Amino acid sequence: MSVTITIQDLVKKYGDTTVIPELSLEIKQGEFFTLLGPSGCGKTTLLRMIAGFNSIEGGTIHFNERVINQVEPGKRNIGMVFQSYAIFPHLTVKGNIAFGLENRKLSKAEINAKVDDILKVVQIEPYKDRMPKNLSGGQQQRVALARAIVIRPDVLLMDEPLSNLDAKLRVDMRNAIKDIQREVGITTVYVTHDQEEAMAVSDRIAVMKSGVIQHLGTPQEIYQRPANVFVATFIGRTNILAGSITKAAGGSYALQLGSGYAEELSNIEVPRADAAANTLNVQISVRPEEFILTEDQTGMKATIVHSVFLGQNTHYFVDLASGQRVEITQESKASQILEPGQVIYLKVKKEKINVYDAAGDLNYTRGARL
Amino acid sequence: MRDTRKRFDVWTNISLLIFVFYILFLALPLFTMLFKSVYNGTTGDFSLAYFTKFFSKPYYLNALFNSVKVTVSVTLLAAIIATPLAYIMATVKIKGSSAIRVLILISSMSAPFIGAYSWILLLGRSGVITKFVSSTFGIQMPDIYGFTGILVVLTLQMVPLIFMYVSGALKNMDQSLMEAAESMGYKGLSKMRKVLLPLITPTLLAGGLLVFMRALADFGTPMLIGEGYKTVPVLIFNEFISEVGGDDGFAAAISVIVVLFATTIFLLQKFVANRKSFTMSALHPIEAKKKKGFGNIAAHAVIYLYTLIALLPQLYVIYTSFLKSNGRVFVKGFSLRSYQDAFSNIGGVILNTFFLAIVSLIVIILLAILIAYVTVRRKNALTNTLDIFTMFPYIVPGSILGIALLITFNNKPLALSGTAVIMIISFVIRRLPYTIRSSAAILHQINDGIEEAAISLGASQMKTFFKITLPMMLAGVVSGAILSWITIITELSTSIILYTGKTKTVTVAIYTEVVRGNYGVAAALSTILTVITVVSLLVFLKLSGQKEVSM
Ligand SMILES: Nc1ncnc2c1ncn2[C@@H]1O[C@H](COP(=O)(O)OP(=O)(O)OP(=O)(O)O)[C@@H](O)[C@H]1O
Ligand SMILES: [Mg+2]
Repeated sequence: MSVTITIQDLVKKYGDTTVIPELSLEIKQGEFFTLLGPSGCGKTTLLRMIAGFNSIEGGTIHFNERVINQVEPGKRNIGMVFQSYAIFPHLTVKGNIAFGLENRKLSKAEINAKVDDILKVVQIEPYKDRMPKNLSGGQQQRVALARAIVIRPDVLLMDEPLSNLDAKLRVDMRNAIKDIQREVGITTVYVTHDQEEAMAVSDRIAVMKSGVIQHLGTPQEIYQRPANVFVATFIGRTNILAGSITKAAGGSYALQLGSGYAEELSNIEVPRADAAANTLNVQISVRPEEFILTEDQTGMKATIVHSVFLGQNTHYFVDLASGQRVEITQESKASQILEPGQVIYLKVKKEKINVYDAAGDLNYTRGARL
Repeated sequence: MRDTRKRFDVWTNISLLIFVFYILFLALPLFTMLFKSVYNGTTGDFSLAYFTKFFSKPYYLNALFNSVKVTVSVTLLAAIIATPLAYIMATVKIKGSSAIRVLILISSMSAPFIGAYSWILLLGRSGVITKFVSSTFGIQMPDIYGFTGILVVLTLQMVPLIFMYVSGALKNMDQSLMEAAESMGYKGLSKMRKVLLPLITPTLLAGGLLVFMRALADFGTPMLIGEGYKTVPVLIFNEFISEVGGDDGFAAAISVIVVLFATTIFLLQKFVANRKSFTMSALHPIEAKKKKGFGNIAAHAVIYLYTLIALLPQLYVIYTSFLKSNGRVFVKGFSLRSYQDAFSNIGGVILNTFFLAIVSLIVIILLAILIAYVTVRRKNALTNTLDIFTMFPYIVPGSILGIALLITFNNKPLALSGTAVIMIISFVIRRLPYTIRSSAAILHQINDGIEEAAISLGASQMKTFFKITLPMMLAGVVSGAILSWITIITELSTSIILYTGKTKTVTVAIYTEVVRGNYGVAAALSTILTVITVVSLLVFLKLSGQKEVSM
């Protein structure tokens, strides 16, 4: 049955280098949980610790109430899908899928029934007796998935399962994976460095950097209220501007964005440590679509550098008065695209932008949480 | 925590067991040899007297000089001949090129001394070509004995090795590299020198090392065709075997010198090769194109001529095996008499050879699979040492290993000398690397994830190994095993030292018959050996689906 995975103060070291320092995390029963982060941040390492293929240098991993630190990988009742698929090339599709069942003291008939069921779920019935080399990438992927879930694992672990597929198939397969996971309801830990993929499939995402979780939340939370500047820049596109906030009446703050442009923000919460100061330097994350072009020459002055027409939207690269180049997105209009050299005035959607402390480590915006 | 426990699994025990095997049958013999070389049995003292003796007598130094001269010349010449051959085969469409590749391969698979003896029959003092040329043109052919003969025989034997190495490299070279060079104005020879040669240099270094070690170790060729031209293996053999005046300790000392020399060359090559190494893989491999006119004719002529010359010794031996003979001289007319004699007098050697080779092969396959697995998948200090051990047969010449085994296992508690066991051990130690190499190569291609997948599905380590890993490795194991097999049945330099009447092999029999002058019987036995070799080779090519063999 599906389990809750509780990770406490987990440490991973390779020799003297610590790859994961004291990581804690709870993955809920039946949840589709994704580890997302740049290359080398320790996603695979963490996944393989859960699987039992990597040693644990500190802390514990629980499956429900059971500590599994010392349990052999084969006894953890996990299903695993590898980036390389790891399909046994000398066994047929059926042979591959039945392999795990044959270790489980089932009768031939039971095994056959289970294999047939799962073939239907992943929709590769017609290929049952084929050898893997005669399957396409997507079909092999389905075999790998079927093989992992047919044993009814407590946990399904997937390490970049789609990275060997082409873009179109990647989208198809990620939907298929999501559907199948929902259908069988297994607690799933999914590793990817593709943020769009993570957004599309996950119930919750942990964004990692250097073995540390930077932000844990739903796709929406992570996109809209990134915990720090790293997460804001890693997820989606954004512009980081320098500015300051000054206390104003009624608990709100005045945000200075340069060139004399200011906005009053009512959703800023400065923690007590910083609250004494009247004015605080901040970093502001403004996504391209969070800029507004003003008609009345108010806001920040900017000059168009060049534009990219992408159909529904047009991207503009503009230079602010400070010299900083930022990217903005506007819905394409019927009228002419703005020309390079043209001067425009920008404001921001103040309820959408995020304001961080000067170091970029803490989100002052209300509604953001770690 | 778990890591340390995991390391002490079944595989640790297996590694340990194999380690003990190598300590006992490789490290201990080599150490014994070292010991003997500095120990004086009568006085019980340690001294460098044997080494002083070697380096103070021109007679011995001369042999060392001869060996170096032969080895270096053979290596260079083989590279100089093989590289253009491989390049022509890769770039020009040659009629029957697949067959030619197989024939070139076959020419390298026989024991070198058979080539030597055949060339004596062809070009020796009373050789057929010598006689023909002098009677028709009245010209005296140059002398084939001594340095020239050794050079010719060994070079022809070694060219195929470098040929295969370079062919392999050319196959991995992208056509566009050559085209890029041309687009930048490099043509003809300057293109070769600036682009082709640097790209195949790592390959030449690897092939060259292999040839160097084999030429250095070869004992049969200088013995037969060298006459007065003594090389070190001959010297060691004589010191060790001769009843009077022979000296084990001195033979051991010379062996130590050779092994040190070979090790130095080996390390030097590794050092240079490491700095020059890179990997290539071709998206669009170089294609053999149809050439026109003179170029085409010249290319065909060169290839066909070389193939003919390379095969000539074996063909001639086969031919003479069907001649009527009268001891040393062949007389007019054909007969199967030589075969009758071969079977009736010494038919036992064929059975011996099969028995020894098959038992050795079984042991080799078992060990190779396990060694390949632990060295690739369970890297630790122990398996790294194992990996180095398996490299030793590459450096230690066969005759030296034979002597080392003999002096180590001469007495109780492990008195193995004269038994089939010691023969089998020597075959296993020397021919294991082929099977290990090909098994390991295939294992490297098998993604780690495959085994982890099996384990995550609940299979035990042993079940994973036997049901998943082993079946996937099998192709590599089989192709390596066939190479081991071929090189066992053509082995001479160790068997000649270890054999007794009961464990005489075909190659030893051929050698002794040649020395005795029973050319007919020798030819018949050689032919039988050639047939077995060719059949094995064809099976290998069929099974591996390749046109090449990697040595
Ligand atoms: N066996 C190992 N020995 C030493 N260091 C290792 C080992 N395996 C991984 N590392 C290091 O641990 C860190 C995390 O590696 P990991 O494979 O978990 O990254 P990842 O997040 O999965 O990256 P990617 O997206 O590239 O797959 C990296 O810095 C890597 O160099
Ligand atoms: Mg990874």
